[in-house]
Amino acid sequence: MEVSTALIANAIIAGLLLGGFYAAVSVGVSISFGMLDIVNIAHPAFIILGAYLTYIVNDRFGFDPILVSLVLSPLMFALGMLIYRIYYVCFERRGQESLRGLAFFFGILFITEVILVLIFGVDYRMVSTAYGQTTWRLGDLDFPMRLVVPFLISVTMVVGVQMLLTHTFFGRAVLAVAQDQLALRLMGVNPVRIKGLAFALSIATAGVAGAFLIVIQPVEPAVGRNFIGLVFAVCVLGGMGSVWGTLIGALVLGIAESFTSTFFGPSWAPAVSFGLLLGTLAFRPAGILGR
Amino acid sequence: MLTRSRSFLPVLGRALSVLLIALGLSCAAFAQQPPLRIGFGMSLTGPLAGNGKAALIAMEIWREDVNAKGGILGRKVEFIYYDDQTNPSTVPGLYTKLLDVDKVDLVVSGYGTAVIAPAMPLMMQRNMAFMTLFGLNVNSKFNYERYFQIMPAGPQPAIGWTRGFFEAAMSLNPKPKTVALVGADAEYPHMALEGARSHVERLGLKVVYDKTYPPNTVDYSPIVRAIQATNPDLVYLASYPPDSAGMVRAVNEVGLKTRMFGGGLVGTQFAALKTQLGPLLNGVVNYELYAPELSGKFPFLDDFLAKYQGRAAKEGVDPLGYYLPPYAYAMMQVVQQALEGTKSLDQDKLATYIHTHTFDTFVGKVSFAKNGEWAEPRVMMVQYKGITGNGIDQWKKTGAVTVLEPGPYKTGSVKTPFQDAKN
Repeated sequence: MEVSTALIANAIIAGLLLGGFYAAVSVGVSISFGMLDIVNIAHPAFIILGAYLTYIVNDRFGFDPILVSLVLSPLMFALGMLIYRIYYVCFERRGQESLRGLAFFFGILFITEVILVLIFGVDYRMVSTAYGQTTWRLGDLDFPMRLVVPFLISVTMVVGVQMLLTHTFFGRAVLAVAQDQLALRLMGVNPVRIKGLAFALSIATAGVAGAFLIVIQPVEPAVGRNFIGLVFAVCVLGGMGSVWGTLIGALVLGIAESFTSTFFGPSWAPAVSFGLLLGTLAFRPAGILGR
Repeated sequence: MLTRSRSFLPVLGRALSVLLIALGLSCAAFAQQPPLRIGFGMSLTGPLAGNGKAALIAMEIWREDVNAKGGILGRKVEFIYYDDQTNPSTVPGLYTKLLDVDKVDLVVSGYGTAVIAPAMPLMMQRNMAFMTLFGLNVNSKFNYERYFQIMPAGPQPAIGWTRGFFEAAMSLNPKPKTVALVGADAEYPHMALEGARSHVERLGLKVVYDKTYPPNTVDYSPIVRAIQATNPDLVYLASYPPDSAGMVRAVNEVGLKTRMFGGGLVGTQFAALKTQLGPLLNGVVNYELYAPELSGKFPFLDDFLAKYQGRAAKEGVDPLGYYLPPYAYAMMQVVQQALEGTKSLDQDKLATYIHTHTFDTFVGKVSFAKNGEWAEPRVMMVQYKGITGNGIDQWKKTGAVTVLEPGPYKTGSVKTPFQDAKN
């Protein structure tokens, strides 16, 4: 294989674009798992749910799927509130959240899949977008819009989440929930409500990530399972509860995957990505930006 | 007249009574016969669920047709099946349950190499005759004499499956010299790539890229760029539906420059990917088992397709049904004819019968080679062309494909290079 500058540059671009998508998929887990200590193993199912919601609107009315996902995010937010409420009443309040809570989210994962199978069947679904088949070329560099548009909106979303968490009272309350719930109560804030809102935010981001997914690749109800390992790996690599860390971790994994695929063979990509995760944790157990 | 009428009525009544009792007895006998239970796993969820559901519809149509005619050996046919989730690790347990707990009379396979191979050790252990649905070259590793397979790949399946692509390639002038081989890390692509390597060796082509990728890859453009960097004349791809879509999109985005691309993409035979990829498929060379251009050569399919398409539309699976469903029905026709021919459930007798007879099915006359594969290959290699938009109707008419191989079905020659063939 002839290794050229263009090949290296394209590998970096592809890795960054892929990493942007990984960040969108993982930021919700960074909130729920990293900050709220809720092992939401069903997060990929909400991504797929988001993908199907945008598919319905795109299929019926032809609206842009990512735009649709942003409009529908309040719906996903409300769903997140509801699910957290059930989780809280049934498990967290009784102190049974660790194992039974995990089983609860496993259940949600399978139920969501089955509902989607019953409604939509098992065929792969894709959406049509104005930019889906367009590739910008800058010299030898390729910028497929199918990945560029999700990347730009994903980075905007992640930055927005970070701004929300660091520049608003709600955000600081979410960060406080992760550290000391009693102190938060003494400040007159209900930690359960804050956790509910933060969990709902994580589900809303999953909905938007679902739109990115269906723009990037065809989707069927069980495809979310492919992302269970990835989202937790990104979250741990970046540092538990760090949104910037999630973005950096996702970009690092994206570039590692792209480089490995290009120069060493794609079958090595998962080994290199997870080797990178193990290596990082060996030297920095809290992750890249973890405390 | 009245007298005659009076004397006639009791006779008629008695005759009717006898007839009804006889009918009742025969119905009771039919009802008392335990059903003939056929067990299988099928991918109803997971990446191959679309194919699995389509196959299941075809098999259900067969079951209804058979039961409407009184069943097999006087017994109604009943299916017992479980969702294998397209997950090979579920398969051994699932078939053990079918044989030991459900005590089925016969087993057949679910769809695809990935779920057939893991069932083989158990089938061999229990000496079951095992009729399978679209496994590629599975028996090459097991050499099991009671294995049978309905996909028309021929007695050397990996070679028969990939032959059309390389035959079409070698018809080019000048002849290609280099080839890139790429596929998913899964059973079927490994088998297909094995077949492709045999042709590469036979034809003296130089392999410039030979790698596999994880099936859950999201972005395929780095792979396509790596292939492009080796500048191959041919690119042979063996993939499952999600990666078929990903690779086709990446090839279009990167603008892959090669003479021929395709060969073993699973998924583009189904309406879902056909319509969703639409014009992106132009220029791709791939296998199919049917094309509207050849409807005259497959007249026996019309009735079945009419039945299938009605059901498929309701159940939201492949509305065309050209690829897998006719063969799923044909697989059950082979089982039916073997049962009726042997009048037995003896697995040895069934296997011997299938080996020694030719079967009349919806996909034509089928006979099996010693290794359980079709005695003669019949895989078509086509090139997609002139596809505009994402409508389904263009796939029902002639003109969307050129059949390149095999000879008796050929409708044209391959158009190259790949980028020119896209227009």
